[in-house]
Amino acid sequence: MDFRLTEDQRALSRGVRDLLEGRFDREALRAAVDAPALDRELWRELGDAGFFALRLPEEDGGVGLGLPEAVLVFEEAGRALLPGPLVATHLAAGSVPGAAEGTVVVTEADEGLVPWLDEADVVIGDAGGAVPMRSVDPLTPLHRVPGERGHGEGGLLAGGDGRLVAALLLAAEQVGSAGWATEAAVGYAREREQFGQPIGAFQAVKHLCAGMLVRTELARAAVRAASVTADPVEIAGAKLLADTAAVGNARDCLQVLGGMGFTWEADVHLHLKRAWVRAELRLPAARAEEAVAAGL
Amino acid sequence: MDLSCTDEEEAYRAGLREWLAATLPGLPERPDPLDWPGRRAYDCGWQRRLYDAGYADVHWDASPTQRLIFLEETELAGAPYVGANFVGLLHAGPTVAAEGTPEQRARWLPPVLRGDEVWCQGFSEPGAGSDLASLRTRAVRDGDEYVISGQKIWTSHAEVADWCELLVRTDPGAASKHKGITWLAMPMDAPGITVRPLRTLAGSTEFAEVFLDEVRVPVGNRVGEENDGWRVTMVTLSFERGTAFVGEVVACRRLLGELARTARKNGTWDDPVLRRRLGRLSAEFRALWRIVQANVSEAQATGGAPGAGGSVFKLHYSHARQELYEAAAAVLGPEALDLGRDWTLDRLSSLSYTIAAGTSQIQRNIVAERILGLPKGR
Repeated sequence: MDFRLTEDQRALSRGVRDLLEGRFDREALRAAVDAPALDRELWRELGDAGFFALRLPEEDGGVGLGLPEAVLVFEEAGRALLPGPLVATHLAAGSVPGAAEGTVVVTEADEGLVPWLDEADVVIGDAGGAVPMRSVDPLTPLHRVPGERGHGEGGLLAGGDGRLVAALLLAAEQVGSAGWATEAAVGYAREREQFGQPIGAFQAVKHLCAGMLVRTELARAAVRAASVTADPVEIAGAKLLADTAAVGNARDCLQVLGGMGFTWEADVHLHLKRAWVRAELRLPAARAEEAVAAGL
Repeated sequence: MDLSCTDEEEAYRAGLREWLAATLPGLPERPDPLDWPGRRAYDCGWQRRLYDAGYADVHWDASPTQRLIFLEETELAGAPYVGANFVGLLHAGPTVAAEGTPEQRARWLPPVLRGDEVWCQGFSEPGAGSDLASLRTRAVRDGDEYVISGQKIWTSHAEVADWCELLVRTDPGAASKHKGITWLAMPMDAPGITVRPLRTLAGSTEFAEVFLDEVRVPVGNRVGEENDGWRVTMVTLSFERGTAFVGEVVACRRLLGELARTARKNGTWDDPVLRRRLGRLSAEFRALWRIVQANVSEAQATGGAPGAGGSVFKLHYSHARQELYEAAAAVLGPEALDLGRDWTLDRLSSLSYTIAAGTSQIQRNIVAERILGLPKGR
């Protein structure tokens, strides 16, 4: 047993982080907030980099990596707050032509919600009669499927392990976002001075930051282990803890940033809102808790 | 990321499992938890069985993976815990193994493994709890001996211990309070030692005050250099926070399974709020076990003791375990008020977890300062 990243996995993480920092930095993020449309060029570049074809076998033109590598890549996507139906398109690679290359955008009806419906080329699942919402997340347009349709088990991606993989990849994004929030809070607490010292010297602030790290580490360990075992109960637990970490950390980060954190200019609200959206998709808290309890 | 075990490790697991299945039914009845001498005899008897079967040295000679297998299998089988051997096996032993001379290792380690000698921990003082480095117990060099005077408190197992891992101040004038401390092994039968048991809120006397009045300890009992005891102590504490609790995570998963069975029987499982609460706790203990594997992998790779990551583990574990007993009380109802039930005593004991081995508040400071790099302050 060696529950550490391999050198190749570390290099993959670093590579994706570099790619996203170069291609989707803070400036690009804020530009996307001001003009929310899916960047097709970026989508193709992600396709070229193997983001969607990561788990396809090499003989099918894929990268031939596995779930453990996929969660590392999606963790970086969550950290960068990369917009778009990333998980659905990743899952559709190999079955929907063009998805693997990033030339086609695939979305999915999931828990009665359809993200990015107007921008998508292909919709998986029953999105009939979907009505637009004023989405809380400025970077995730949402449609609501009326009635009970679209809840739980449906959708083509639900076939086989798709439903579980989707939950795990969303969880990985949540971990990335939780890590971002910790770093943002700690960075601010080191610089911002009040009463003649950095606010990070005050225990009240320190303890908020320490709690953020604990939540992140717990969720990260759960997500990475679940990516290795692919155990359904473990995946449900990972989604649960990752949702808790992403939402809790964004809130605590906002608190550490104080008045600044409550402004539109601070990025933390974008992370919080995306975390809320991901928490409502695949295995929201109530069902995840039930799934883990059923394993007892 | 590799969570699998080698064939050799799986063979070790299978052998251990078989031995546990054959051995556990023949064990004597556990003594009353309030009977310390009885518990010492019971715990040491268990340690002796492990020694005779070749499983005793797992805490410091085996690979970390093997240690995890040992903890996992013994807990899952419901085997006795280290108990009175806690300090010897999990704190003092690893410290002597890492920092002691060959002679010291030969003198102190085998009796711990055989269950012949029990250790206690003489770290805390009335004026130096979480602020451990403020300790004032003095040791003055007199020829080949240190002469020690002062007072220790919260000393678990002191009543029944043969040895004490003792922190003393050897240089009161040192530039920093961390610099004048020395780590000594003190025989508990030395003249000048008075042990006064303290009663816990659970009614037991599992810790004590220890008064030291000109106790003489040979200089050869010093582990590490004089005035270098703080560094040696950090080695001990990283073991304490990093690995000393890991078996208990498995125990918690077993307890949670028991609780779910009880809840299904008594109908409380039908309450979705309670069921979901147990589900979340289960997810947390599963993740804590994965953190243990990550910490152990890291320590194995770097060849050192578990680092500040142990504080991350301890912080969440101690709270989650307390939550487990609160959930248990919700499942058990009025029965949770019966001191005759193990659950009730354990619920009371669990109140110490966020205090012992560094309070949660201190752990948060450690995480914030040592991992996140926030400035020191008040």
